[in-house]
Amino acid sequence: MKKFLLLLLPVFAAVVTKAQSPQYQDAMTKQVGLLDAPASYTPQSMLDISNTFERIAAAEKNQWLPYYYAAYTQVMSALMTQDKDKIDGLADKAEANINKADSLKQNDDEVACIRSLIATSRIMVDPQSRGQQYGPESGMQIQKAKQINPENPRVYLLEGQALYYTPEQFGGDKAKAKEILQVALQKYAAFKPASSIAPHWGEPHAKDLLQQAGK
Amino acid sequence: MWKHSFNLLLCICLPALVLAQQKISGKITDAKKRPLPGVNVYIKGSYDGATAGADGTFSFTTTTTGAQVLVASLMSFQTQEQAINITGPVQVTLMLKAAMNELKVVTISAGSIEASSDKNNTVLKPLDIVTTAGATADIVNALKTLPGTQQTNDREGLFVRGGTGYETQIFIDGLMVRNPFFTSLPDMPGRGRFSPFLFKGTTFSSGGYSAQYGQGLSSALVLESEDLPARSSYSLGASVLGVSGGLDELSKDKKGSFGIEADYTNLAPYFSIAKPKQEPTVGPEIIGTSLNFRRRTSSTGILKFYGYCNWSRMGFKKNSIEYPGYQEQTDVRNQNVYTNLTYKESLGSGWRMNAGFSYSSNIDKIKLDTIQKSPVTNVHARSDLSQLKLMLTKSLGAFSQLRLGGEYQYAVERSEFNSYNASYVDNYSAGFAESDIYFTPRFVGRFGGRLEYSTILAKVNLAPRASLAYKLDDYSQFSLAYGDYYQKPEPQYLRFKQDLSYMKATHYIASFQRLSSNYTFRVEAFYKKYKDLVKTVPDTLTNGTGYAKGIELFWRDRKTIKNLDYWISYSFLDTKRNYLYYPYEVQPDFAAKHTASLVMKKYFPKITTNIGVTYSYASGRPYYNPNLPESKFMSEKTIDFNTLGLSASYLTTVGKAFTVFVISVTNVFDFKQVYGYRYSTDGLRREEIVPNAPRFLFVGMFMNFGIDRRQDVINNL
Repeated sequence: MKKFLLLLLPVFAAVVTKAQSPQYQDAMTKQVGLLDAPASYTPQSMLDISNTFERIAAAEKNQWLPYYYAAYTQVMSALMTQDKDKIDGLADKAEANINKADSLKQNDDEVACIRSLIATSRIMVDPQSRGQQYGPESGMQIQKAKQINPENPRVYLLEGQALYYTPEQFGGDKAKAKEILQVALQKYAAFKPASSIAPHWGEPHAKDLLQQAGK
Repeated sequence: MWKHSFNLLLCICLPALVLAQQKISGKITDAKKRPLPGVNVYIKGSYDGATAGADGTFSFTTTTTGAQVLVASLMSFQTQEQAINITGPVQVTLMLKAAMNELKVVTISAGSIEASSDKNNTVLKPLDIVTTAGATADIVNALKTLPGTQQTNDREGLFVRGGTGYETQIFIDGLMVRNPFFTSLPDMPGRGRFSPFLFKGTTFSSGGYSAQYGQGLSSALVLESEDLPARSSYSLGASVLGVSGGLDELSKDKKGSFGIEADYTNLAPYFSIAKPKQEPTVGPEIIGTSLNFRRRTSSTGILKFYGYCNWSRMGFKKNSIEYPGYQEQTDVRNQNVYTNLTYKESLGSGWRMNAGFSYSSNIDKIKLDTIQKSPVTNVHARSDLSQLKLMLTKSLGAFSQLRLGGEYQYAVERSEFNSYNASYVDNYSAGFAESDIYFTPRFVGRFGGRLEYSTILAKVNLAPRASLAYKLDDYSQFSLAYGDYYQKPEPQYLRFKQDLSYMKATHYIASFQRLSSNYTFRVEAFYKKYKDLVKTVPDTLTNGTGYAKGIELFWRDRKTIKNLDYWISYSFLDTKRNYLYYPYEVQPDFAAKHTASLVMKKYFPKITTNIGVTYSYASGRPYYNPNLPESKFMSEKTIDFNTLGLSASYLTTVGKAFTVFVISVTNVFDFKQVYGYRYSTDGLRREEIVPNAPRFLFVGMFMNFGIDRRQDVINNL
C-alpha cells in the first residue's frame, strides 16, 4: 500500500504542477472567447486583447498559450493595419512572444503557423524588396506545421490563403486555393481542440475566403 | 437552517469582498504631456490591468493589496514600473519615454543619400537602382537621377557638385576601388564594373563624408556587399548584349556560402543592326567572371571574399577631324582583376574590428591610328594597387561611437607610350580618428580627422572633418557638415611631374530632410572651395583654384497615387575653376547650371509589370572654342540636354524560376544631345561630341532558380 502511494506521488506531483489556477482558466476562457467574435478583428481591438494576454503571460511564465495568443493578436493587428510604419514593430513583438511560446512548447504546429503569419506581415511592408526573402520563409513554416500535424485545419487555411492572394505569376493558383480551403473546412469539422482555450481560430475566415474564391 | 446560515455568511462577507477590490485609475502621457492611447497598464504578477483609452486614461480593479508594482508598457516606448501601495483607490499619472529605436535616434545625414535593405527608412532601396529606367542597371547611372550629380554622359565617372569624375572615389566594404569603370574610348564612357545585385547597401555622399574615407575631393560612393544569401540559387540571364549565369550556394549549416558568376557580352550583333555613330572594328566584347566566398566565423564575425576577373576589347573607326579624308581608329584591350577580403568581428567590451585587404590590377593596351597618315601610337598602361585597412570601433554609451583606423596602399603605375616609359610607385598611408557623440539621442556631433602621407608627393596632410545633426521630430532633421578633403593629382600628371602637391577642397553643407516611409523631402545647400588644382599651362603645377556652390532639392512620394512611386530632383550649381589649360576661373566644360530628373515607377499588380520612366534635363554646358579670344574663353554653350528613358519589366515564374523580362529604351524621343565640340588643331574644322549610340534598346530576361530546401528543413526536425 505504501509502495502504491509512493508510485502515485510523482503522478500527483505532475498533476499539481500542471494544474492551472481557476483564475488562469477564467481569464483565458474570457479572452479566447473574445477571439471568436468577428467584432474583435480590428487592428486596435486586437492590440487591446494582446495587452491582456501579455498581462497573463507576465504572471504565468510557464504557460505557452498566453504568449501564443499575444503573438497571434499582434500579428493579426499587423496584417490588418493600414499604417505600414507599424507593421515591423508589431511583427517584432509577435516574434518575441512566439519565441517564448516556442521555448515552452517545442516543435508545435500552431507556433509554426504564427511564424508563417509573421513572415507574411513582413512582406507587406515592401513586397518588392522583401517578397523573395519572406515568401519562402512563410511557406516553409506552413510545411513544417503540416509535417508536425497534418490534421491542423489552420495549416490548410494559411496554405489556401497564400495561394489565393499570391499573383499567378509567382505561383498563386485560385482554383487550387479553393480545393485546399475545402480541405481546411473538412479538417475544421473534424478538429477537436485540446481544451476550450487551445487554438481553434480561423473557421469563419476560411468560409469567407472560400465564398470569395467561389465568385 | 443550513441555507439560512449560508445567506447570513454571504451577507457578512460581501462587504469584505467588495472592499478587497480596489480601483486603480489614472492617465498616461508621453514626454510632451500628450495622452497615450493603447498603453498596457497592470499590476506586476497579477492579471489585473487595463488598456489606456484614446484619452490616455485607464481604470481597473484589483484584489491585490499592499506594496505592488504598476507596469505601463507600449510599443516603441520604454516600459515603466512604478511602486504603489494599495490600501484604498489609487490614482496615478505616468509619463512614458520614447524608446530609442531607429526612428528616434538622429543619424549624420548631411551630404549623404543611403540605399539600404537593412533599414526601413532610407531614401532609396537597393532595388531602386536596378529598376530606374534609363539607368541600364548601372549603379552610377541610377545615381545620376539624384541631387548633386551631373548628366555628364560623355566621360566616365560621377561628376558631383562641380567636381570631375576623378574626384568621386568608390569604396567596396571600406576599400578603395582603383578602376571601377570599364576602360572607355573617347566620347564613350565605360560602365561600372560591379553589378548592383552584389550590394545590400549603397551610400552616396556628395560631400562632408566621414574621415574613414580619403582621396576623394568631391564625393564618396560607399558600397557594402551582401552577407549570406537567404537560400541557394542559380541564375541565368540572356539579352541582346549577351548571356550570364551564376550560382550562389548556401552551406547546409547556413553559416557559409560561395558563389560564382560568369558573363559574356558582345555588342557586335546589336551594332550590326543599329549602327552607332562610330563604326565598330572590334567587338565590343567583354568576358567577366567573379567568385565570392562568405563565412560566419562566429555569431558576431564574418569573413567575406570577392574576386573579379574581366577581359574586354573594342575598337572603333571614325573620320578624322585633324586630317580630313582620313580615318582614325582606336582600339582598347583591357584586363582587370579585383579582389577584396574583409573580416569583421566583435572583440568584446564594446570594441569591433573591421579588417580588409584588397589587390587589384588593371592593364590597358590602347592603339591609336590615323590610318595611312601617321604612325601608330601604342599605349600600354598597368596599374596595380594593394591595400590594407584596419578599423576599430568602440561603443561609448548607448549610441556614441569612436572609430580609429589606418590604411596603407602600395600603388604601381606603369605606363609606356611607344618607346617612352613613365612609371612610378607610391606608398600611401593614412590614419584616422573620429567620434560620433550623442549629446542627446536627438542631437549628434561627429568630429574627426585624417592624416595622410604619400611618398610620391612626399607631403603630409591633415584633414579635419565635423558634422552636426539635430532631429526635430520623428521624421525631420537638420544637419551641418564641414571638412577638408585632399586628393593626389591624376596619374597622368603625376607620372611626368612629381613635385606636385595634394589638391584640396573644403566643404560646407547645410541640409534639412524629412523622411517617412512614404514621403521624402530634402533640401541641401553647399559651398565648396577648391585649392591647388592641377594646372598644365603654362607649366604643370598644383596652383589652380575654384569654387562650387549651389542648392539641391529632392522629393519622393510613394503614396499619393496607388502603386506609383516617383521622385524629383533638382540641382542648381554655380561653379568656376581655373585648372588645366584654363586662363582664369570659368564655368568648366563638364558642369551645367541646372540639372533635374524625374523618375517614375508604376507597378501594375494585375499583370505583375513594372513600368518606369526617367526624364533628365541639364542646361547647356560651356565648350572651348579656340577661335575665340582669351577674354571669351568657354563663353559659348551647347544646347540643353534632354533624355527620356522607358523601361518595362514583367515579373513571372517560368517553371520553378523567378523570372524577369525587361525591355528598356534610352532617349525614346531621340532628343539631339550635344556634349561639346572638338576642334582641329588649326581651328578650322569642328565636330560635335555626341553619344555613340543616341538611342539604345535593351531586351533581356533574367531567371533565378531558388534551390528548394524545404525538404532539408523538414528532415532536420
